[in-house]
Amino acid sequence: MNYIAHTELEKKEMLKAIGAVSVDDLFRHIPDGLRPKSFSIPEGKSEFDVIEYLKLLSRKNATNLTDFVGGGFYDHYIPAAVDALAGRSEFYTAYTPYQPECSQGWLQAIYEYQTVICELTGLDVSNASLYDGGTALYEAAMMAMRLTGRKKIIVDSGVSLIYRTMLYAYTSNLSIEFVETPVVHGQSCREDIYKHLDDKTAAVIVQNPNFFGAVDDFSDIAQRVHKCGALAIASVYPVSLGMLKNPGEMGIDIATGEGQSLGIPLSFGGPYLGFIAVKKEHMRQLPGRIVGATVDKDNKRGFVLTLQAREQHIRRERATSNICSNEALCALRALIYASLLGKAGFQELARLNYQKAEFAKATLGNVSGVEVKRSAPTFNEFTVCLPKNADEVVYRMINKGFACGFPLGRFYKGLDNYLLVAVTEKRTKEEIMQFANSLEAALCS
Amino acid sequence: MTIPENLLYTKDHEWARLDGDKVTMGITDFAQGSLGDITFIDLPKPGAKVEQSKWCATVESVKAASDVYAPFSGEVLKVNTQLTGHPELVNKSAYDAGWFAVVKISDLEEKNKLMNSTQYKEYIQGLSK
Repeated sequence: MNYIAHTELEKKEMLKAIGAVSVDDLFRHIPDGLRPKSFSIPEGKSEFDVIEYLKLLSRKNATNLTDFVGGGFYDHYIPAAVDALAGRSEFYTAYTPYQPECSQGWLQAIYEYQTVICELTGLDVSNASLYDGGTALYEAAMMAMRLTGRKKIIVDSGVSLIYRTMLYAYTSNLSIEFVETPVVHGQSCREDIYKHLDDKTAAVIVQNPNFFGAVDDFSDIAQRVHKCGALAIASVYPVSLGMLKNPGEMGIDIATGEGQSLGIPLSFGGPYLGFIAVKKEHMRQLPGRIVGATVDKDNKRGFVLTLQAREQHIRRERATSNICSNEALCALRALIYASLLGKAGFQELARLNYQKAEFAKATLGNVSGVEVKRSAPTFNEFTVCLPKNADEVVYRMINKGFACGFPLGRFYKGLDNYLLVAVTEKRTKEEIMQFANSLEAALCS
Repeated sequence: MTIPENLLYTKDHEWARLDGDKVTMGITDFAQGSLGDITFIDLPKPGAKVEQSKWCATVESVKAASDVYAPFSGEVLKVNTQLTGHPELVNKSAYDAGWFAVVKISDLEEKNKLMNSTQYKEYIQGLSK
């Protein structure tokens, strides 16, 4: 297969038509300092060589560990039907199709996905999806600033550092004032949030459960934020919504989150799924594609892209976002996953996660030297304090066959002995008990 | 297409009805006809400062979004909230029920930059040539 689309002859013809002497001449407007010094890439390899190399790389992955790591990405069971259906060639594309209205099946799938997200979050309007939980949170922050005309954002430090880093990176060239408020006893510090809340504040961003696993009810914060003319944004873990009070019930204006847990396998770098849902009054500031239901000239139900005047191809630089597609394949997986579980199944999933985590809390609490933090209720993830550096313990536990959790010291100063432990429905009672035994051994050695 | 005589006009097809130091503004019959069915209008907030020839509102039709520019600089006193639920009023009645906003004018001299109805009529005829 020829990976280079243009022949030398075609290149010459194109350069001649433009009036450039050579390819270098074509790029002469780019200053030397901004151009790559060389394009030294290795010689091509055969298919066999490439496969062998990739196998070598993949052997570096530890795939046989019993997984207790969360931190925003969770080891949930994915029913076989998700792969079977999402893998169908009619669906196997990463984006909203071009000429979308020709692909009624696809638009219906995205419409149903939007419905699932609205049902889960308790909000009115969802878009067709975004890249991941971090980009979704960034889009929510931008939305809030457009809606309020204000430029200050209060961010609870219980929001994942990954998301906060993305938020600051995406906005680094904009003049936005970010204020981070502390987490006290595992939960958002109301006092600090209200201290910073003023008539310049566009939004307060919180996360539920927060990075430490603590569950909160943000109704009071939402109410206070609204009094100030600002918006409340919550990043939420979709599986927890099978059990917890949802953003709509709390009065949250914009809910975002990472959809990986909805039928998408854990993988380094994704692809993952960002979701965003808002109250109806904010829908014209939503970024990205939105699918709507309508009727055709024969009064038959059909689907279209709707509210397109928000988007780049129409509004150019005044568009709500530069997002002009969606994470269609991952959104489809989420839809299939949610459909397979159904409402009752989703609630049962949430209960299993919660109960197994509670069992793990009780079990680990019996390990000498381990203190399970209990200052706030949790869902399927919780913090434990170890008598040793958590990073070291993680390393020792790998040799015992466990990915035992996320060492919080990597993200939070002074928490070097703290470990974040996630327990999904996949973990058995036996695994949890073996985990506790191995941890005891690891702490003794 | 109607072009009322008592109004002032911009090259971007906004109209302005002067009343002392206040002006009521909207988009012309020609503008609404060119846009087609209007589905949404994003109006400025009362209290907002607008500048002549700068953005003050956005009109969405089914597959287009067009910016509307202020005919005068000043402060927005009130906006036509009827348009939020009934954007089609602009199609039906561009000069009356379809008004956009009332602005307190900061510099009345700016009217010299606008056209009267005869000039605007000629201007539109020039566009179609």
